[in-house]
Amino acid sequence: MNRPEILVIDDEPPMQKLLEIILESNAYTYRKAANGKEGIIMAANHPPDLILLDIGLPDKSGHELLSELRMWYNKSIIILSVQDSEADIVKALDNGATDYLAKPFRTAELLARIRSALRKNSAAETTLPIEKGELFIDLGRRIVRRAGQPVKLTATEYKLLALLVKNEGTVMTHHYILKEVWGSGNQNDTQYLRVFIGALRKKIEADPNQPRHIITESGIGYRFI
Amino acid sequence: MKIPALFNHDFPKRIQYLLCIGLVILAALTCYFTVSVIGYKVVALILLMTVSLLAMMFDIKPVLAAAITSAVLWNFFFIPPVLTFHITHAEDVLMFFLYFVIALVNAVLTARIRDAEKRAKGKEEKENAIRLYNTLFNSLSHELKTPIASIIGAVDMLRDQDEQLTSTARRELLQEIDQAGLRLKREVENLLNMSRVETGMIQVRYDWFDFSELVSTIIRKLPVEDGQRIIFLPEENMPLFRLDGELIGQVLYNLLHNAIRYSPAGSTVAVSVAHQAGHCVIKVADNGPGIPIAKEAMVFDKFYRLSNPARTGSGLGLSIAKGLTEAHHGQISLASNPAGGATFTVSFPAETSYINKLHNE
Repeated sequence: MNRPEILVIDDEPPMQKLLEIILESNAYTYRKAANGKEGIIMAANHPPDLILLDIGLPDKSGHELLSELRMWYNKSIIILSVQDSEADIVKALDNGATDYLAKPFRTAELLARIRSALRKNSAAETTLPIEKGELFIDLGRRIVRRAGQPVKLTATEYKLLALLVKNEGTVMTHHYILKEVWGSGNQNDTQYLRVFIGALRKKIEADPNQPRHIITESGIGYRFI
Repeated sequence: MKIPALFNHDFPKRIQYLLCIGLVILAALTCYFTVSVIGYKVVALILLMTVSLLAMMFDIKPVLAAAITSAVLWNFFFIPPVLTFHITHAEDVLMFFLYFVIALVNAVLTARIRDAEKRAKGKEEKENAIRLYNTLFNSLSHELKTPIASIIGAVDMLRDQDEQLTSTARRELLQEIDQAGLRLKREVENLLNMSRVETGMIQVRYDWFDFSELVSTIIRKLPVEDGQRIIFLPEENMPLFRLDGELIGQVLYNLLHNAIRYSPAGSTVAVSVAHQAGHCVIKVADNGPGIPIAKEAMVFDKFYRLSNPARTGSGLGLSIAKGLTEAHHGQISLASNPAGGATFTVSFPAETSYINKLHNE
């Protein structure tokens, strides 16, 4: 398999250097852009497999850049930013970011997020069964088993789980999940979501009070791992 | 309508009442002796004016008391028949009634305008404070978290993925940690200095200094890059100066750091020191892009940064340099040539001694 290409748009030379070493040492091809304008040009000339985008760029806000990129770039974009308020994260995710990682970050976490995001690029085609500890999910055949026992899910629970599994590893906002599962018009009914997440956890988590698969990203949304 | 706040009406209530009623009585007394000339109807206008002026200075209740007092006084002492509350002419009854209403409306309206003004001002101040706080917060989180991210990331790589690293990468990671540490140290020092400037907690400790020594110590501490050079141009026969080496050293560091940050690779920054009319005059000149004239006044503001794609910073350096210079009873100024280059000049009164010259002979 080819080395996936990752474009890093960040204005801080030390951060660029660090990401270069992290990415090159982990069999990714690293390319860099020091500002938004350069980033857009590089992404357009030679679309990378993934973009790591800093929000605090000198020439334009990363949020703006994200919206511009999303007009035509449909592969994964992970936001890397020192701004870690819920409002910033939700805004970036709603603008089409695949994931969001606050600086400072752990290298292992970054690499895991990159792997998830790259998987998501090709997720549309594959519906291979997945196994997570004692949990077995086969979206192609609509089979969910926990510790070998079939799990019975309602239609909505199944829809919710399928959405989470398809976006394995990346965070999804409340808003996005509500829209995808319940349709537009229900984006603000987070209480539905909490009820169904609770129900789903009871069925698939070994200990619903300490979930290991459906992770709450406080104030932002959920992540399936 | 803007009403001047003649007093910061922090007067106790009782004093306000006394002043309001006292001033109305004074005005009435003045009129009492001139009423034969001006006529009792003009007296009404004078009293109304007095109440209006009071309304600009005092709270609503004392002003209302003054309005009522003035109406009573006018009726008793001026409306014929005088020295009675009785009013004979229908016209005077109507005037008295109108006087009363106008005085009250006047007092209430003025109080409302002042109130609204006070609220608007409070809101504006609060918004400014929030804006400043947000700027501080964003710039701080960026300036502190970026080097922390470098350190954590580099340590993660060296610890967990050491076998995948080339020797160059390993050296670069160590250098990253080193630079990030220095950057953090600088930012923390900036913050500490800023709070010293803000709280006025700076004590100037004078001692004799040789500028060549001071400047070369500072230059060694600066992160010079890309073939940039700092040259020191001392005056012939430079005396020793009596100054606070820590404060002036920090001012010099901040100015030089600023100069090299905004100068292109391979450029030269020149420091010169001169003794002029009892003052020590330090100049730091760069041949960077210069500072637009419109922005000159702002560069010393806290958190202000000229936008420059390649450079970041908390925007505290020059503001601290200014604060420290002023603590040293000096002044800092900026002259900029829009075609290229900026010159910062620091000047402060300083005793000098030519003992070093004697020494060398």
